[in-house]
Amino acid sequence: MAEYNSLQQSQSISKPPTAGDMFANKAFRVLTLAFTWGIVLLLAYILYKIGGKAIPAVKEYGLGLLVGTTWDVNARTFGILPEIWGTLYSSLLALVLGGFFGVSIAIFLTQNFLPRSLETILRSIIELLAAIPSVVYGLWGIFVLIPIIRPVADFFNTHFSWIPFFYTSLSGPGMFPAALVLSIMILPTVAAISQDAFRAIPQKTKEAAFGMGTTRWEAILRVMLPTAAGGIFGALVLGLGRALGETMALAMLVGNSNQISLSVFAPANTLAALLALNFPEAGDTEIAVLMFAACVLLLITLLVNMLGALIINKTGIKR
Amino acid sequence: MKFFSLLQAGAFCIALAGFSVPAMAETTRLTGSGASFPAPIYTTWFKDFGRINKDIQINYQSKGSGAGVRDFQNGTVDFAASDSGMTEEQIAAVKQGVQMLPMTAGEIVLAYNLKDVKDLKLPREVYIDIFMGKIAKWSDPKIAAANPGVTLPDQDITVVTRADSSGTSFVFTQHLSSISPEFKEKVGFGNSVNWPSEAKMVKSPKNDGVTATITQTPGAIGYIEYGFASMSKLPMAVLENKAGKYVAAGGEGGPAALAGAEFPENMLLWVSDPEAENAYPIVTYTWMIFSQKYDDPKKAEALQKMIAYGLGEGQKIATKAGYIELPQAVVEKVQAAAKNIQ
Repeated sequence: MAEYNSLQQSQSISKPPTAGDMFANKAFRVLTLAFTWGIVLLLAYILYKIGGKAIPAVKEYGLGLLVGTTWDVNARTFGILPEIWGTLYSSLLALVLGGFFGVSIAIFLTQNFLPRSLETILRSIIELLAAIPSVVYGLWGIFVLIPIIRPVADFFNTHFSWIPFFYTSLSGPGMFPAALVLSIMILPTVAAISQDAFRAIPQKTKEAAFGMGTTRWEAILRVMLPTAAGGIFGALVLGLGRALGETMALAMLVGNSNQISLSVFAPANTLAALLALNFPEAGDTEIAVLMFAACVLLLITLLVNMLGALIINKTGIKR
Repeated sequence: MKFFSLLQAGAFCIALAGFSVPAMAETTRLTGSGASFPAPIYTTWFKDFGRINKDIQINYQSKGSGAGVRDFQNGTVDFAASDSGMTEEQIAAVKQGVQMLPMTAGEIVLAYNLKDVKDLKLPREVYIDIFMGKIAKWSDPKIAAANPGVTLPDQDITVVTRADSSGTSFVFTQHLSSISPEFKEKVGFGNSVNWPSEAKMVKSPKNDGVTATITQTPGAIGYIEYGFASMSKLPMAVLENKAGKYVAAGGEGGPAALAGAEFPENMLLWVSDPEAENAYPIVTYTWMIFSQKYDDPKKAEALQKMIAYGLGEGQKIATKAGYIELPQAVVEKVQAAAKNIQ
């Protein structure tokens, strides 16, 4: 008893939680739980609403929508295969380019290649890229990027036209400028999250690698990169997610032509661009088809994320 | 909803507080939305009109013909503007009755990007074939035949069309359909059509997008409104008209094309292929759409004033702004039709 009293009167910093603390804790838990479920419900509601509006289109056209290649409002023929192809193709191209440079930048900025202060400045500049509005990227693409890449594209087209990727000449807007701009847009996401992954590696791991007698590059490629792989993979999946849904810059740069072509210089179309450009003036049938296209886009994004999670599980990379 | 009206009331109070001048005359507010093609001239009209009539405030949102008509049907705006008018079905669905009035007119031009080639002449069958993807090179003998003495580059033609639904596309494809049965059958006409999918056919959003793409792509050709082409100093093709004469845009060809046309009762008249000898071939009226009956008599009165201004003072700036001044005969018909709005 005396002991308990002394505990009560002790001047120690640690105290039993007050009623207020308990309440705050409880309230916080309830609130976060509610918000978490709220997000799930919101997603379900969005799916339900969009899916519901897409049903007339499915009834009328069936799965022919998925394999059709014509989009003719007057003839009421709709097909979104070229858009699905364009969405996947542009995003993958952007992921290859943006992923490579993003991870390289992350290595460059975290593995003591530069003085600390310079690292911070460069990092801020790259993160600033994420703050540029999509439409500015689109304009920049049209007025700056396309004139720059035109000679390059012409060179590849004249000398390597036997490679299917280069068999048409660049006419201005097309897959290549779109994918390039897209890769710049996902660069900050990939670079920032990859940097975090590298920073999260304990200093000891690197020291141990050097202790084994590795060179700097051996340490980076054989030890640091595999250790950070989980985080880098997460960065790539997030980047791909952004690339799949990107709209305005693509609508301005991709050429919006319903064709399926391997050539990176040919114009193409994407689901997001199709939605953005056709919604404002769409009639009832067209709206149903566009809702269907939106569902497909959602599904593709979902599949990509699930595939990502699966690969992480299978390869045993731990986040 | 209640919250929203509270917000509005709040905003109104703040607005009132801003004008500390007491006892201002009650302002009649009119809102309209629709076509982007006449938006520059409309906004100029409304600004100048507002200066003369301090008690009337007109707000116009240029969001596209189709969206404007939908707003009008839903009753969210007092008037709409459309490059393609309204269809019979759409009109039948409006209880108060619909009055369409052509307020101005414009030309659609074929702007191109060819170094050192000025005043390119395009015969009718050539520009049809270009937009159907049949003529693929600028050095094509058919183009050369119409342009003696001009060195045309051995360059691919990149055809730029509109990616979004647009009244400009409607007018242009309607013109092509009326002069070529083959185009009508294969492509047809409408706010958005299924252009042939060739590697050299690209689509860009809005007039600005098409203009930018033409500017940036050597060997490109595309259809845009005259105002956009002249503003960005793009060269425009000289087109062959029905009478076989080559007429440039932006001159006497526009008014000539509009002259002598007979309006039907609903005032919806297409000039898809004007017959006059010196007419520019691709011209169109653009309409404002009103209810025939307004619940608030003040609104009807304000709209009447606005229409009168547009047909009077407004026409004087049309040519300078890149549009076609309506012929006097047309103005009189429109004034008569405007009396249906009450």
